[in-house]
Amino acid sequence: MHGVAVDPLVTNLTVFVLAIFVGYHVVWNVTPALHTPLMSVTNAISSVIVVGAILAAGAGPMDFGTILGAIAVAVVAINTFGGFLVTERMLEMFKKKEPKGTQR
Amino acid sequence: MTLSANAVALWYLLASIFFILALKGLSHPQSARQGNRFGILGMLIAVLTTFTITQRFELAVAALVVGGAIGWWVARRVEMTQMPELVAAMHSLVGLAAVLIAVAVVNNPLAFNIGDPIPAGNRVELFIGTFVGAMTFSGSIIAFGKLAGLGNKFRLFSSAPVVFKGQQIINALIFLAMVGFGIAFFVASPEAKWPPFLIMTALAFVLGVLIIIPIGGADMPVVISMLNSYSGWAASGIGFSLNNPLLIVAGSLVGSSGAILSYIMCKAMNRSFFNVILGGFGGAEGAVATGGEQRSVRSGSPDDVAFLLGNAESVIIVPGYGLAVARAQHAVKELAHKLSAKGIKVRYAIHPVAGRMPGHMNVLLAEAEVPYDQVAEMEDINSDFGTTDVAFVLGANDVVNPLAETPGSPIYGMPILETHKARTVIVNKRSMASGYAGIDNPLFYMDKTMMVFGDAKKVVEDIVKAIE
Repeated sequence: MHGVAVDPLVTNLTVFVLAIFVGYHVVWNVTPALHTPLMSVTNAISSVIVVGAILAAGAGPMDFGTILGAIAVAVVAINTFGGFLVTERMLEMFKKKEPKGTQR
Repeated sequence: MTLSANAVALWYLLASIFFILALKGLSHPQSARQGNRFGILGMLIAVLTTFTITQRFELAVAALVVGGAIGWWVARRVEMTQMPELVAAMHSLVGLAAVLIAVAVVNNPLAFNIGDPIPAGNRVELFIGTFVGAMTFSGSIIAFGKLAGLGNKFRLFSSAPVVFKGQQIINALIFLAMVGFGIAFFVASPEAKWPPFLIMTALAFVLGVLIIIPIGGADMPVVISMLNSYSGWAASGIGFSLNNPLLIVAGSLVGSSGAILSYIMCKAMNRSFFNVILGGFGGAEGAVATGGEQRSVRSGSPDDVAFLLGNAESVIIVPGYGLAVARAQHAVKELAHKLSAKGIKVRYAIHPVAGRMPGHMNVLLAEAEVPYDQVAEMEDINSDFGTTDVAFVLGANDVVNPLAETPGSPIYGMPILETHKARTVIVNKRSMASGYAGIDNPLFYMDKTMMVFGDAKKVVEDIVKAIE
Protein backbone atom coordinates (compact mmCIF):
# COMPACT_ATOMS: atom_id res chain seq x y z
CA MET A 1 0.00 0.00 0.00
CA HIS A 2 2.85 2.41 0.67
CA GLY A 3 3.69 4.82 -2.06
CA VAL A 4 0.33 4.47 -3.76
CA ALA A 5 -1.06 7.92 -4.50
CA VAL A 6 -4.41 8.88 -2.98
CA ASP A 7 -7.21 8.86 -5.53
CA PRO A 8 -8.19 12.48 -6.39
CA LEU A 9 -11.76 11.51 -5.56
CA VAL A 10 -10.76 10.99 -1.93
CA THR A 11 -8.92 14.31 -1.77
CA ASN A 12 -11.92 16.02 -3.33
CA LEU A 13 -14.24 14.35 -0.85
CA THR A 14 -12.08 15.60 2.03
CA VAL A 15 -12.27 19.15 0.74
CA PHE A 16 -16.01 18.80 0.15
CA VAL A 17 -16.86 17.56 3.63
CA LEU A 18 -14.69 20.13 5.40
CA ALA A 19 -16.14 22.95 3.29
CA ILE A 20 -19.67 21.89 4.24
CA PHE A 21 -18.68 22.12 7.90
CA VAL A 22 -17.27 25.60 7.37
CA GLY A 23 -20.38 26.65 5.45
CA TYR A 24 -22.65 25.26 8.13
CA HIS A 25 -21.01 27.21 10.93
CA VAL A 26 -20.58 30.44 9.00
CA VAL A 27 -24.14 30.52 7.69
CA TRP A 28 -25.77 29.94 11.07
CA ASN A 29 -24.15 33.19 12.17
CA VAL A 30 -25.78 35.20 9.40
CA THR A 31 -28.37 37.57 10.84
CA PRO A 32 -31.91 36.77 9.59
CA ALA A 33 -32.33 40.35 8.42
CA LEU A 34 -29.68 39.68 5.79
CA HIS A 35 -31.07 36.42 4.44
CA THR A 36 -31.96 37.95 1.08
CA PRO A 37 -28.45 39.40 0.56
CA LEU A 38 -27.14 36.00 1.68
CA MET A 39 -29.05 34.37 -1.15
CA SER A 40 -27.85 36.84 -3.74
CA VAL A 41 -24.23 36.65 -2.63
CA THR A 42 -24.24 32.85 -2.53
CA ASN A 43 -25.71 33.06 -6.01
CA ALA A 44 -22.78 35.17 -7.09
CA ILE A 45 -20.36 32.80 -5.37
CA SER A 46 -21.82 29.73 -7.05
CA SER A 47 -21.12 31.47 -10.32
CA VAL A 48 -17.49 30.55 -9.68
CA ILE A 49 -18.50 27.69 -11.94
CA VAL A 50 -17.44 30.24 -14.57
CA VAL A 51 -13.94 28.85 -13.96
CA GLY A 52 -15.01 25.57 -15.56
CA ALA A 53 -16.70 27.45 -18.36
CA ILE A 54 -13.57 29.51 -19.11
CA LEU A 55 -11.55 26.30 -19.31
CA ALA A 56 -14.12 24.84 -21.70
CA ALA A 57 -14.13 27.98 -23.85
CA GLY A 58 -10.34 28.06 -24.04
CA ALA A 59 -9.77 24.36 -24.60
CA GLY A 60 -8.40 24.80 -28.11
CA PRO A 61 -9.45 25.87 -31.59
CA MET A 62 -13.05 26.89 -31.95
CA ASP A 63 -15.29 23.84 -32.08
CA PHE A 64 -18.49 22.50 -30.52
CA GLY A 65 -16.92 22.26 -27.05
CA THR A 66 -15.39 25.72 -26.92
CA ILE A 67 -18.60 27.32 -28.19
CA LEU A 68 -20.57 25.54 -25.48
CA GLY A 69 -18.00 26.82 -23.01
CA ALA A 70 -18.36 30.38 -24.29
CA ILE A 71 -22.15 30.19 -23.95
CA ALA A 72 -21.70 28.91 -20.41
CA VAL A 73 -19.34 31.80 -19.63
CA ALA A 74 -21.83 34.34 -20.96
CA VAL A 75 -24.73 32.77 -19.06
CA VAL A 76 -22.97 32.54 -15.74
CA ALA A 77 -21.25 35.93 -16.06
CA ILE A 78 -24.74 37.40 -15.70
CA ASN A 79 -24.69 35.94 -12.21
CA THR A 80 -21.14 36.87 -11.41
CA PHE A 81 -21.66 40.54 -12.17
CA GLY A 82 -25.36 40.76 -11.40
CA GLY A 83 -25.13 38.80 -8.15
CA PHE A 84 -22.41 40.86 -6.51
CA LEU A 85 -23.81 44.14 -7.79
CA VAL A 86 -27.34 43.54 -6.58
CA THR A 87 -25.97 42.41 -3.21
CA GLU A 88 -24.00 45.64 -3.02
CA ARG A 89 -27.15 47.59 -3.81
CA MET A 90 -29.10 45.86 -1.06
CA LEU A 91 -26.37 46.20 1.54
CA GLU A 92 -26.10 49.88 0.65
CA MET A 93 -29.70 50.23 1.79
CA PHE A 94 -29.01 48.50 5.06
CA LYS A 95 -26.23 50.97 5.68
CA LYS A 96 -28.25 54.11 5.16
CA LYS A 97 -29.41 56.04 8.21
CA GLU A 98 -27.34 53.77 10.33
CA PRO A 99 -27.74 54.82 13.95
CA LYS A 100 -24.38 55.71 15.41
CA GLY A 101 -22.72 53.46 17.92
CA THR A 102 -25.52 50.94 18.25
CA GLN A 103 -24.36 47.50 19.17
CA ARG A 104 -26.87 44.75 19.49
CA MET B 1 1.98 34.03 -18.21
CA THR B 2 1.46 30.45 -17.21
CA LEU B 3 1.27 29.50 -13.58
CA SER B 4 2.36 26.11 -12.32
CA ALA B 5 -0.33 23.71 -11.17
CA ASN B 6 0.72 24.31 -7.56
CA ALA B 7 0.56 28.07 -7.90
CA VAL B 8 -2.90 27.79 -9.43
CA ALA B 9 -4.05 25.61 -6.55
CA LEU B 10 -2.74 28.14 -4.02
CA TRP B 11 -4.45 31.07 -5.73
CA TYR B 12 -7.65 29.03 -5.73
CA LEU B 13 -7.19 28.44 -2.01
CA LEU B 14 -6.95 32.19 -1.49
CA ALA B 15 -10.14 32.70 -3.50
CA SER B 16 -11.90 30.07 -1.36
CA ILE B 17 -10.89 31.91 1.80
CA PHE B 18 -12.32 35.14 0.44
CA PHE B 19 -15.60 33.39 -0.30
CA ILE B 20 -15.80 32.18 3.29
CA LEU B 21 -15.07 35.71 4.53
CA ALA B 22 -17.84 37.00 2.25
CA LEU B 23 -20.39 34.86 4.08
CA LYS B 24 -18.88 35.63 7.45
CA GLY B 25 -19.36 39.35 6.80
CA LEU B 26 -23.12 38.89 6.66
CA SER B 27 -23.29 38.21 10.38
CA HIS B 28 -23.95 41.94 10.87
CA PRO B 29 -25.24 44.71 8.59
CA GLN B 30 -22.15 46.79 9.38
CA SER B 31 -19.65 44.20 8.19
CA ALA B 32 -21.77 42.93 5.32
CA ARG B 33 -20.51 45.30 2.66
CA GLN B 34 -16.94 44.45 3.39
CA GLY B 35 -17.95 40.81 3.08
CA ASN B 36 -19.36 41.43 -0.38
CA ARG B 37 -16.09 43.09 -1.41
CA PHE B 38 -14.22 40.00 -0.24
CA GLY B 39 -16.51 37.93 -2.43
CA ILE B 40 -15.75 40.11 -5.45
CA LEU B 41 -12.03 39.86 -4.73
CA GLY B 42 -12.26 36.08 -4.47
CA MET B 43 -14.06 35.91 -7.80
CA LEU B 44 -11.51 38.19 -9.45
CA ILE B 45 -8.65 36.00 -8.23
CA ALA B 46 -10.46 32.86 -9.42
CA VAL B 47 -11.12 34.21 -12.91
CA LEU B 48 -7.68 35.76 -13.46
CA THR B 49 -5.93 32.62 -12.24
CA THR B 50 -7.98 30.51 -14.62
CA PHE B 51 -7.07 32.72 -17.56
CA THR B 52 -3.38 31.93 -16.99
CA ILE B 53 -3.95 28.25 -17.68
CA THR B 54 -6.24 28.36 -20.70
CA GLN B 55 -4.87 27.98 -24.20
CA ARG B 56 -7.10 30.66 -25.66
CA PHE B 57 -8.98 33.39 -23.92
CA GLU B 58 -10.57 35.57 -26.65
CA LEU B 59 -13.82 33.62 -26.69
CA ALA B 60 -14.13 33.56 -22.90
CA VAL B 61 -13.35 37.27 -22.56
CA ALA B 62 -15.93 38.17 -25.19
CA ALA B 63 -18.51 36.01 -23.42
CA LEU B 64 -17.62 37.55 -20.04
CA VAL B 65 -18.16 41.03 -21.44
CA VAL B 66 -21.54 40.14 -22.94
CA GLY B 67 -22.81 38.27 -19.86
CA GLY B 68 -21.31 40.80 -17.49
CA ALA B 69 -23.01 43.68 -19.26
CA ILE B 70 -26.38 41.94 -19.07
CA GLY B 71 -25.84 41.14 -15.39
CA TRP B 72 -24.81 44.70 -14.67
CA TRP B 73 -27.84 46.10 -16.45
CA VAL B 74 -30.27 43.76 -14.69
CA ALA B 75 -28.78 44.38 -11.25
CA ARG B 76 -29.02 48.15 -11.74
CA ARG B 77 -32.61 48.11 -12.89
CA VAL B 78 -34.27 45.46 -10.75
CA GLU B 79 -36.68 46.66 -8.10
CA MET B 80 -36.43 45.35 -4.56
CA THR B 81 -39.93 43.88 -4.79
CA GLN B 82 -38.66 41.77 -7.73
CA MET B 83 -35.77 40.29 -5.78
CA PRO B 84 -37.33 36.80 -5.39
CA GLU B 85 -37.78 36.46 -9.18
CA LEU B 86 -34.28 37.71 -9.83
CA VAL B 87 -32.72 35.23 -7.42
CA ALA B 88 -34.73 32.37 -8.95
CA ALA B 89 -33.62 33.38 -12.44
CA MET B 90 -30.02 33.49 -11.34
CA HIS B 91 -30.21 30.02 -9.84
CA SER B 92 -31.38 28.73 -13.19
CA LEU B 93 -28.33 30.22 -14.90
CA VAL B 94 -25.92 28.38 -12.60
CA GLY B 95 -27.77 25.15 -13.35
CA LEU B 96 -27.66 25.77 -17.09
CA ALA B 97 -23.94 26.55 -16.99
CA ALA B 98 -23.29 23.32 -15.06
CA VAL B 99 -25.07 21.33 -17.80
CA LEU B 100 -23.21 23.12 -20.61
CA ILE B 101 -19.84 22.52 -18.96
CA ALA B 102 -20.68 18.86 -18.39
CA VAL B 103 -21.58 18.45 -22.07
CA ALA B 104 -18.30 20.11 -23.05
CA VAL B 105 -16.43 17.70 -20.76
CA VAL B 106 -18.17 14.65 -22.25
CA ASN B 107 -17.42 16.04 -25.69
CA ASN B 108 -13.68 16.49 -25.10
CA PRO B 109 -12.47 15.22 -21.72
CA LEU B 110 -8.80 15.64 -22.66
CA ALA B 111 -9.24 19.41 -22.76
CA PHE B 112 -9.92 19.29 -19.02
CA ASN B 113 -7.02 16.99 -18.15
CA ILE B 114 -9.46 14.14 -17.72
CA GLY B 115 -8.57 10.85 -19.39
CA ASP B 116 -10.35 9.68 -22.52
CA PRO B 117 -12.27 7.39 -22.13
CA ILE B 118 -13.51 9.26 -19.06
CA PRO B 119 -12.44 7.44 -15.86
CA ALA B 120 -15.20 5.76 -13.83
CA GLY B 121 -15.07 8.22 -10.92
CA ASN B 122 -15.41 11.23 -13.23
CA ARG B 123 -18.33 9.60 -15.02
CA VAL B 124 -20.24 9.33 -11.75
CA GLU B 125 -19.40 12.93 -10.87
CA LEU B 126 -20.44 14.14 -14.31
CA PHE B 127 -23.73 12.32 -13.97
CA ILE B 128 -24.43 13.93 -10.58
CA GLY B 129 -23.28 17.40 -11.64
CA THR B 130 -25.38 17.24 -14.80
CA PHE B 131 -28.64 16.05 -13.31
CA VAL B 132 -28.47 18.41 -10.35
CA GLY B 133 -27.63 21.24 -12.73
CA ALA B 134 -30.46 20.36 -15.10
CA MET B 135 -33.01 20.12 -12.29
CA THR B 136 -31.80 23.42 -10.87
CA PHE B 137 -32.24 25.03 -14.27
CA SER B 138 -35.76 23.90 -15.11
CA GLY B 139 -36.99 24.01 -11.49
CA SER B 140 -35.76 27.57 -11.09
CA ILE B 141 -37.51 28.63 -14.27
CA ILE B 142 -40.80 27.35 -12.85
CA ALA B 143 -40.06 29.09 -9.55
CA PHE B 144 -39.28 32.27 -11.47
CA GLY B 145 -42.60 32.06 -13.32
CA LYS B 146 -44.53 31.52 -10.11
CA LEU B 147 -42.77 34.39 -8.35
CA ALA B 148 -43.12 36.77 -11.30
CA GLY B 149 -46.86 36.04 -11.41
CA LEU B 150 -46.89 34.60 -14.91
CA GLY B 151 -49.53 32.03 -13.89
CA ASN B 152 -52.27 33.56 -16.03
CA LYS B 153 -50.07 33.33 -19.12
CA PHE B 154 -48.86 29.80 -18.65
CA ARG B 155 -50.47 27.30 -16.34
CA LEU B 156 -47.23 25.66 -15.19
CA PHE B 157 -46.34 29.00 -13.61
CA SER B 158 -49.52 29.11 -11.55
CA SER B 159 -48.83 30.17 -7.99
CA ALA B 160 -51.51 27.73 -6.87
CA PRO B 161 -50.21 24.18 -6.68
CA VAL B 162 -50.46 22.25 -9.97
CA VAL B 163 -51.41 18.73 -8.94
CA PHE B 164 -52.65 15.70 -10.82
CA LYS B 165 -53.38 12.12 -10.04
CA GLY B 166 -50.39 9.83 -9.58
CA GLN B 167 -48.03 12.79 -9.64
CA GLN B 168 -45.60 11.42 -7.11
CA ILE B 169 -45.51 8.00 -8.74
CA ILE B 170 -44.75 9.58 -12.11
CA ASN B 171 -42.01 11.68 -10.53
CA ALA B 172 -40.52 8.58 -8.91
CA LEU B 173 -40.60 6.66 -12.20
CA ILE B 174 -38.93 9.50 -14.07
CA PHE B 175 -36.29 9.70 -11.37
CA LEU B 176 -35.62 5.96 -11.61
CA ALA B 177 -35.44 6.17 -15.41
CA MET B 178 -33.01 9.06 -15.09
CA VAL B 179 -30.78 7.06 -12.75
CA GLY B 180 -31.09 4.11 -15.14
CA PHE B 181 -29.78 6.15 -18.06
CA GLY B 182 -27.09 7.52 -15.76
CA ILE B 183 -25.97 3.93 -15.14
CA ALA B 184 -26.17 3.26 -18.88
CA PHE B 185 -23.89 6.28 -19.41
CA PHE B 186 -21.54 4.87 -16.78
CA VAL B 187 -21.17 1.49 -18.48
CA ALA B 188 -21.40 2.73 -22.08
CA SER B 189 -18.38 2.50 -24.38
CA PRO B 190 -16.88 5.89 -25.38
CA GLU B 191 -18.61 5.67 -28.78
CA ALA B 192 -22.03 5.03 -27.26
CA LYS B 193 -21.83 7.57 -24.43
CA TRP B 194 -24.03 10.29 -25.99
CA PRO B 195 -27.53 8.75 -26.16
CA PRO B 196 -27.76 7.75 -22.47
CA PHE B 197 -26.12 11.00 -21.37
CA LEU B 198 -28.51 13.18 -23.36
CA ILE B 199 -31.63 11.22 -22.37
CA MET B 200 -30.56 11.39 -18.74
CA THR B 201 -30.14 15.17 -19.03
CA ALA B 202 -33.52 15.58 -20.74
CA LEU B 203 -35.25 13.56 -18.01
CA ALA B 204 -33.58 15.72 -15.37
CA PHE B 205 -34.97 18.85 -17.06
CA VAL B 206 -38.48 17.35 -16.99
CA LEU B 207 -38.10 16.28 -13.39
CA GLY B 208 -37.03 19.78 -12.36
CA VAL B 209 -40.31 21.13 -13.72
CA LEU B 210 -42.42 18.39 -12.14
CA ILE B 211 -41.04 18.74 -8.64
CA ILE B 212 -41.66 22.49 -8.45
CA ILE B 213 -45.15 22.81 -10.03
CA PRO B 214 -47.06 21.25 -7.09
CA ILE B 215 -45.60 23.72 -4.61
CA GLY B 216 -47.77 26.76 -3.88
CA GLY B 217 -46.74 30.41 -3.92
CA ALA B 218 -46.40 30.94 -0.19
CA ASP B 219 -44.03 27.98 0.12
CA MET B 220 -41.64 29.77 -2.21
CA PRO B 221 -39.26 30.75 0.61
CA VAL B 222 -38.50 27.04 1.01
CA VAL B 223 -38.33 26.37 -2.73
CA ILE B 224 -36.03 29.25 -3.48
CA SER B 225 -33.72 28.25 -0.62
CA MET B 226 -33.74 24.66 -1.86
CA LEU B 227 -32.84 25.73 -5.39
CA ASN B 228 -30.12 27.94 -3.94
CA SER B 229 -28.77 24.84 -2.29
CA TYR B 230 -29.05 22.80 -5.53
CA SER B 231 -27.14 25.39 -7.52
CA GLY B 232 -24.32 25.05 -5.00
CA TRP B 233 -24.31 21.26 -5.21
CA ALA B 234 -24.28 21.49 -9.01
CA ALA B 235 -21.16 23.68 -8.84
CA SER B 236 -19.60 21.19 -6.44
CA GLY B 237 -20.45 18.30 -8.76
CA ILE B 238 -18.71 20.03 -11.65
CA GLY B 239 -15.78 20.75 -9.31
CA PHE B 240 -15.49 17.02 -8.62
CA SER B 241 -15.60 16.21 -12.34
CA LEU B 242 -12.85 18.73 -13.09
CA ASN B 243 -10.84 17.96 -9.92
CA ASN B 244 -11.14 21.63 -9.03
CA PRO B 245 -11.11 22.27 -5.26
CA LEU B 246 -12.23 25.89 -5.66
CA LEU B 247 -15.51 24.84 -7.26
CA ILE B 248 -15.96 22.17 -4.63
CA VAL B 249 -15.45 24.61 -1.75
CA ALA B 250 -17.58 27.41 -3.21
CA GLY B 251 -20.30 24.93 -4.17
CA SER B 252 -20.39 23.39 -0.70
CA LEU B 253 -20.61 26.79 0.96
CA VAL B 254 -23.60 27.69 -1.21
CA GLY B 255 -25.11 24.24 -0.87
CA SER B 256 -25.01 24.27 2.91
CA SER B 257 -26.23 27.86 3.02
CA GLY B 258 -29.30 27.01 0.97
CA ALA B 259 -29.93 23.90 3.02
CA ILE B 260 -29.83 25.86 6.27
CA LEU B 261 -32.20 28.49 4.89
CA SER B 262 -34.63 25.76 3.79
CA TYR B 263 -34.47 24.30 7.29
CA ILE B 264 -35.11 27.69 8.92
CA MET B 265 -38.07 28.34 6.61
CA CYS B 266 -39.62 24.92 7.24
CA LYS B 267 -39.22 25.35 10.98
CA ALA B 268 -40.93 28.74 10.78
CA MET B 269 -43.96 26.97 9.30
CA ASN B 270 -43.69 23.95 11.58
CA ARG B 271 -43.71 21.69 8.54
CA SER B 272 -41.25 19.09 7.45
CA PHE B 273 -39.15 19.62 4.37
CA PHE B 274 -40.85 16.68 2.65
CA ASN B 275 -44.28 18.01 3.48
CA VAL B 276 -43.33 21.21 1.68
CA ILE B 277 -41.66 19.73 -1.39
CA LEU B 278 -44.32 17.09 -1.95
CA GLY B 279 -46.57 20.09 -2.41
CA GLY B 280 -50.31 20.43 -2.77
CA PHE B 281 -50.54 22.44 0.46
CA GLY B 282 -53.05 25.25 0.54
CA GLY B 283 -54.85 24.15 -2.62
CA ALA B 284 -57.74 26.43 -1.82
CA GLU B 285 -55.65 29.56 -1.97
CA GLY B 286 -57.73 32.71 -2.19
CA ALA B 287 -60.96 30.92 -1.41
CA VAL B 288 -63.11 32.22 1.41
CA ALA B 289 -62.72 29.84 4.30
CA THR B 290 -65.73 27.64 4.72
CA GLY B 291 -67.16 26.13 7.85
CA GLY B 292 -68.08 27.85 11.05
CA GLU B 293 -70.92 30.31 11.45
CA GLN B 294 -70.92 33.61 9.64
CA ARG B 295 -69.27 35.97 12.06
CA SER B 296 -69.13 39.70 11.84
CA VAL B 297 -66.01 41.80 11.80
CA ARG B 298 -65.56 45.39 12.81
CA SER B 299 -64.31 47.31 9.82
CA GLY B 300 -63.03 50.85 9.89
CA SER B 301 -61.84 53.62 7.61
CA PRO B 302 -58.32 55.00 7.28
CA ASP B 303 -59.52 57.93 9.43
CA ASP B 304 -60.44 55.55 12.24
CA VAL B 305 -57.03 53.91 11.99
CA ALA B 306 -55.32 57.30 12.07
CA PHE B 307 -57.22 58.09 15.25
CA LEU B 308 -56.25 54.80 16.92
CA LEU B 309 -52.61 55.11 15.91
CA GLY B 310 -52.44 58.75 16.93
CA ASN B 311 -53.58 57.92 20.44
CA ALA B 312 -51.24 55.01 20.96
CA GLU B 313 -47.95 55.12 22.81
CA SER B 314 -46.45 52.09 21.12
CA VAL B 315 -47.14 50.54 17.73
CA ILE B 316 -45.79 47.37 16.13
CA ILE B 317 -46.18 47.05 12.37
CA VAL B 318 -46.37 43.53 10.97
CA PRO B 319 -45.63 43.49 7.23
CA GLY B 320 -46.55 40.56 5.00
CA TYR B 321 -46.60 39.61 1.35
CA GLY B 322 -49.51 42.02 0.76
CA LEU B 323 -47.16 44.90 1.52
CA ALA B 324 -44.72 43.68 -1.13
CA VAL B 325 -47.47 43.23 -3.72
CA ALA B 326 -48.79 46.73 -3.10
CA ARG B 327 -45.23 48.17 -2.91
CA ALA B 328 -46.34 49.97 0.21
CA GLN B 329 -42.97 50.05 1.97
CA HIS B 330 -42.34 53.77 1.35
CA ALA B 331 -45.83 54.73 2.48
CA VAL B 332 -45.37 52.65 5.63
CA LYS B 333 -42.08 54.32 6.38
CA GLU B 334 -43.81 57.70 5.93
CA LEU B 335 -46.48 56.65 8.41
CA ALA B 336 -43.92 55.44 10.93
CA HIS B 337 -42.08 58.71 10.53
CA LYS B 338 -45.23 60.71 11.28
CA LEU B 339 -45.98 58.60 14.34
CA SER B 340 -42.43 58.82 15.65
CA ALA B 341 -42.60 62.60 15.32
CA LYS B 342 -45.55 62.50 17.74
CA GLY B 343 -43.43 60.59 20.24
CA ILE B 344 -45.00 57.21 19.50
CA LYS B 345 -42.69 54.23 19.64
CA VAL B 346 -42.86 52.38 16.31
CA ARG B 347 -41.26 49.05 15.57
CA TYR B 348 -41.60 46.37 12.90
CA ALA B 349 -42.00 42.65 13.54
CA ILE B 350 -40.83 40.22 10.88
CA HIS B 351 -41.94 36.62 10.62
CA PRO B 352 -39.27 34.41 8.99
CA VAL B 353 -41.59 33.30 6.18
CA ALA B 354 -43.26 36.67 5.56
CA GLY B 355 -42.98 37.38 1.84
CA ARG B 356 -41.68 35.12 -0.86
CA MET B 357 -38.06 34.59 0.12
CA PRO B 358 -35.95 34.61 3.28
CA GLY B 359 -35.38 38.17 4.47
CA HIS B 360 -37.75 39.63 1.85
CA MET B 361 -39.44 42.08 4.26
CA ASN B 362 -36.15 43.27 5.71
CA VAL B 363 -34.91 44.28 2.27
CA LEU B 364 -38.11 46.12 1.42
CA LEU B 365 -37.99 48.05 4.68
CA ALA B 366 -34.31 48.78 4.18
CA GLU B 367 -35.13 50.12 0.73
CA ALA B 368 -37.60 52.51 2.33
CA GLU B 369 -34.77 53.58 4.65
CA VAL B 370 -36.25 52.14 7.81
CA PRO B 371 -33.35 51.93 10.31
CA TYR B 372 -32.60 48.27 10.90
CA ASP B 373 -32.68 48.61 14.68
CA GLN B 374 -36.43 49.32 14.45
CA VAL B 375 -36.92 45.99 12.72
CA ALA B 376 -37.16 43.00 15.04
CA GLU B 377 -37.23 39.27 14.39
CA MET B 378 -40.10 37.23 15.71
CA GLU B 379 -38.41 35.73 18.78
CA ASP B 380 -37.07 39.11 19.87
CA ILE B 381 -40.35 40.98 19.74
CA ASN B 382 -43.05 38.42 20.51
CA SER B 383 -42.94 39.04 24.25
CA ASP B 384 -43.56 42.76 23.66
CA PHE B 385 -46.99 42.47 22.04
CA GLY B 386 -48.68 42.21 25.46
CA THR B 387 -47.49 45.68 26.39
CA THR B 388 -48.13 47.24 22.99
CA ASP B 389 -51.06 49.54 22.29
CA VAL B 390 -51.57 48.81 18.60
CA ALA B 391 -50.43 45.96 16.39
CA PHE B 392 -50.88 46.98 12.74
CA VAL B 393 -50.93 43.97 10.41
CA LEU B 394 -50.33 44.84 6.76
CA GLY B 395 -51.02 42.12 4.23
CA ALA B 396 -50.15 39.21 6.51
CA ASN B 397 -52.52 36.44 7.54
CA ASP B 398 -51.32 32.96 8.48
CA VAL B 399 -48.27 34.26 10.33
CA VAL B 400 -50.55 36.07 12.82
CA ASN B 401 -53.24 33.38 13.05
CA PRO B 402 -53.85 32.44 16.70
CA LEU B 403 -55.24 29.07 15.54
CA ALA B 404 -51.60 28.02 15.48
CA GLU B 405 -51.98 27.68 19.25
CA THR B 406 -55.07 25.45 18.95
CA PRO B 407 -54.35 21.72 18.80
CA GLY B 408 -55.92 20.10 15.75
CA SER B 409 -55.80 23.10 13.45
CA PRO B 410 -53.85 22.62 10.20
CA ILE B 411 -51.24 25.14 11.27
CA TYR B 412 -51.01 23.99 14.89
CA GLY B 413 -47.51 24.46 16.22
CA MET B 414 -46.44 27.03 13.66
CA PRO B 415 -44.67 29.88 15.44
CA ILE B 416 -46.66 33.09 14.96
CA LEU B 417 -46.34 36.77 15.73
CA GLU B 418 -48.56 37.14 18.77
CA THR B 419 -50.41 40.24 17.59
CA HIS B 420 -53.59 39.04 19.30
CA LYS B 421 -51.99 39.95 22.63
CA ALA B 422 -51.77 43.64 21.76
CA ARG B 423 -54.39 45.97 23.25
CA THR B 424 -55.76 46.86 19.82
CA VAL B 425 -55.20 45.12 16.50
CA ILE B 426 -55.61 46.75 13.11
CA VAL B 427 -55.56 44.46 10.09
CA ASN B 428 -55.27 45.66 6.51
CA LYS B 429 -56.28 43.14 3.85
CA ARG B 430 -57.80 43.37 0.42
CA SER B 431 -60.71 41.10 1.33
CA MET B 432 -61.80 38.50 3.85
CA ALA B 433 -60.26 35.73 1.71
CA SER B 434 -58.35 33.20 3.72
CA GLY B 435 -54.59 33.00 3.67
CA TYR B 436 -52.39 30.41 2.06
CA ALA B 437 -53.22 27.72 4.58
CA GLY B 438 -56.87 28.04 3.53
CA ILE B 439 -58.18 28.46 7.06
CA ASP B 440 -60.08 31.20 8.80
CA ASN B 441 -58.28 33.60 11.10
CA PRO B 442 -59.99 34.23 14.49
CA LEU B 443 -57.83 37.32 14.94
CA PHE B 444 -60.08 39.17 12.50
CA TYR B 445 -63.19 38.55 14.63
CA MET B 446 -61.80 39.61 17.99
CA ASP B 447 -63.53 42.55 19.70
CA LYS B 448 -60.32 44.53 19.80
CA THR B 449 -59.62 44.06 16.11
CA MET B 450 -60.44 46.60 13.43
CA MET B 451 -60.29 45.54 9.79
CA VAL B 452 -59.45 48.10 7.16
CA PHE B 453 -59.96 46.77 3.64
CA GLY B 454 -58.13 47.87 0.53
CA ASP B 455 -54.78 47.99 -1.20
CA ALA B 456 -52.05 48.39 1.42
CA LYS B 457 -50.38 51.33 -0.27
CA LYS B 458 -53.61 53.26 -0.80
CA VAL B 459 -54.80 52.60 2.74
CA VAL B 460 -51.53 53.61 4.36
CA GLU B 461 -51.31 56.77 2.26
CA ASP B 462 -54.84 57.69 3.36
CA ILE B 463 -53.89 57.11 6.99
CA VAL B 464 -50.86 59.35 6.59
CA LYS B 465 -53.09 62.10 5.17
CA ALA B 466 -55.59 61.67 7.99
CA ILE B 467 -52.88 62.06 10.61
CA GLU B 468 -51.81 65.42 9.23
